[in-house]
Amino acid sequence: MTVRQAELLMAIATVLMSLGLMWSSTDGLSISWVSGKGPGSGFWPFWLSLGMLLASLATLFRWFTGATPESRSEEPYISREALTVVGVSVGALLALLIGIHLVGIYVSLLLFLFFYIKFVGRHAWAITILLVIGTPVFIFALFEWGLKIPLPKAVTEEWFYPVYDVMYGTDHFWMYIFGIFATLAAVSLAIHKFAQPQKG
Amino acid sequence: METILVALAGGLVEAFQPLNLMMILLGCTVGLFVGAMPGLGSVNGVAILLPITFLVPPTAAIIFLAAVYYGAMYGGAISSITLGIPGASTAVATVFDGRPLATSGRADKALTAAAIASFIGGTISVVLFTLFAPPLADFALKFGPAEEFALMVLAFATFIGLGGDDIPKTIFSILVGLVLATIGLDIISGKPRMVFFDIPGFLRGINFLVLAIGIYGIGEMLWTLEKTGGNVIVHKVKMTWAGFVENVKSVKEYIKTTTLGSVLGYFVGTLPAAGATPASLMAYGLAKTFSKDPDSFGKGNVSGVAAPEAANNAASTGSMLPMITLGIPGSPTTAILLGGMIIWGLRPGPLLFTEKPDFVWGLIGSLYVANVFTVLINLAFIPIFVRVLTLPFTILAPIIFVLCIVGGYAPTQTMHDVWLMLLFGIMGYLMRKLNYPVAPAVLAIVLGPLAERSLRQSLLASQGDPLVFLERPISAICIALAVALMLYPVINGMLKRRRAAQAE
Repeated sequence: MTVRQAELLMAIATVLMSLGLMWSSTDGLSISWVSGKGPGSGFWPFWLSLGMLLASLATLFRWFTGATPESRSEEPYISREALTVVGVSVGALLALLIGIHLVGIYVSLLLFLFFYIKFVGRHAWAITILLVIGTPVFIFALFEWGLKIPLPKAVTEEWFYPVYDVMYGTDHFWMYIFGIFATLAAVSLAIHKFAQPQKG
Repeated sequence: METILVALAGGLVEAFQPLNLMMILLGCTVGLFVGAMPGLGSVNGVAILLPITFLVPPTAAIIFLAAVYYGAMYGGAISSITLGIPGASTAVATVFDGRPLATSGRADKALTAAAIASFIGGTISVVLFTLFAPPLADFALKFGPAEEFALMVLAFATFIGLGGDDIPKTIFSILVGLVLATIGLDIISGKPRMVFFDIPGFLRGINFLVLAIGIYGIGEMLWTLEKTGGNVIVHKVKMTWAGFVENVKSVKEYIKTTTLGSVLGYFVGTLPAAGATPASLMAYGLAKTFSKDPDSFGKGNVSGVAAPEAANNAASTGSMLPMITLGIPGSPTTAILLGGMIIWGLRPGPLLFTEKPDFVWGLIGSLYVANVFTVLINLAFIPIFVRVLTLPFTILAPIIFVLCIVGGYAPTQTMHDVWLMLLFGIMGYLMRKLNYPVAPAVLAIVLGPLAERSLRQSLLASQGDPLVFLERPISAICIALAVALMLYPVINGMLKRRRAAQAE
């Protein structure tokens, strides 16, 4: 697909989107003056969506007249190399989200990181294992422990019961200290080992 | 004047509270890293890190995020100079002369100049900020809903007039952000609006963070993955004490352009559409124009590094001025800070100065402290930052993705928002490839609820007469300026065409 074709498709998509928004802002709502209450609740979104429609039509018009640089460009919209790396990333993200629903966030994260670092990045086993284990642990410590925000665990919920016992049963101070030092040590190890300046 | 000094002293005391001081240190360090990483700028860092700041009280949280913002402006220069690719768009102009300096083996000179210029820019702008903010907030106290709405129209008009992007696409971006903000329960009538396909998740509305992390986290990563296919070559940085002293002494070479760039950057930064990137480019142009030796620019003139770096730091402080005093963000990053303030239960706007002086002056005080810390951390740890920069992107990207996903989940704790975020990220990436500007949409989703409320309040008060915006003097001036800004590109284009026709 060329940039020119993509520009046309996007303009059509934005026109349809604007129409959809206009329709849904009139859906059971008043877009005009309600006496005693001022403008109805559909008023603001309706006129904004109308503006979106006009802006999209302008882009469409400018496509036909060739006014924008994008409407004249015959370059590929997404090059083959870019499509691979972006496509793989988007695919992995989709799998990650579906995985969260099925096997919970921690297992899903593990698989996502393993796939990305080992198969996309082709990094050494040591760094792969460090990050695949370290990142979910860090996320757990930060969100569940620090922020008290439970993340979705789906079927793996009961694996965490022993951890909850520790979390809610003891004095947290030393665990924080331990956690901070462990993270720092892991990060510095990673930087030391895998971020040697390249020669050149 | 005296009241300002007293308040500022209080703010400095607040900034030196152990927790706040720690936040400044942490924020500066993280910010330097975020700024230095190609593909991550201040706005990405602040968007991704905002959910984590719920750990600490609001004052500490905003101090942390402001320090990240600050540090990122310093950090952008590191990769511009050592890698030759700007760490953030705000450091584009730094590449022009920073890269030639590095290739000729004087990376240390460029890095030192960038750090010192950033410090000067930061200092000048924060002093200007302290002087301007209280009177502006005082003035803004008189604003009613009509003025508020007119001011927001003006903010959006700057994107059309000064943004430099395709105009229909800019308008689309602004409006889509405003419409996304209306989804959910209507605050005035209590009716559910735009609940697409009857998915209950939409009843809660769309949190601005979902859009911000989607676009600036996921979309930006996809964009950077596409761009950084090639190999990067890091230039060795040799730092010695003697060399450092000499580099510091050479500050007189560029002190004039730096000061000029700082003042320029500050004022450009206060405009919502302009901000740090155009400010640094303008400062570069200015430095070149006023230089005795303009030909040396682009070949490694140290002023060419100093001027844009001073300007982008000054602009970041400048963009906080309208955020704190008027409740209108001066940049996408401050738009996210503003959204954060709403989450923390603060109502941004002029009342902040009277209602939450600890918060406002704590933030201002922290800017002074952060400025000093950042220059020290920067100079001391440049070799470490350069090392971190060589982390392959295939390690950084998945970790950022994970932080985005978890950060998108945390504020509302629904998977609905995470899916929406991924959708926005992909859409943002695809639209950005067609030069749709994304910043206006993020600004709009933050300002949307405030804009709608002020519009409906003023229309209700005037019995539906839209002339109310022209009858009140301040709002009339804002509307007139907004119209002028919107017409400016049209008139400019016509003049250009006429000139071109005459030339033929």
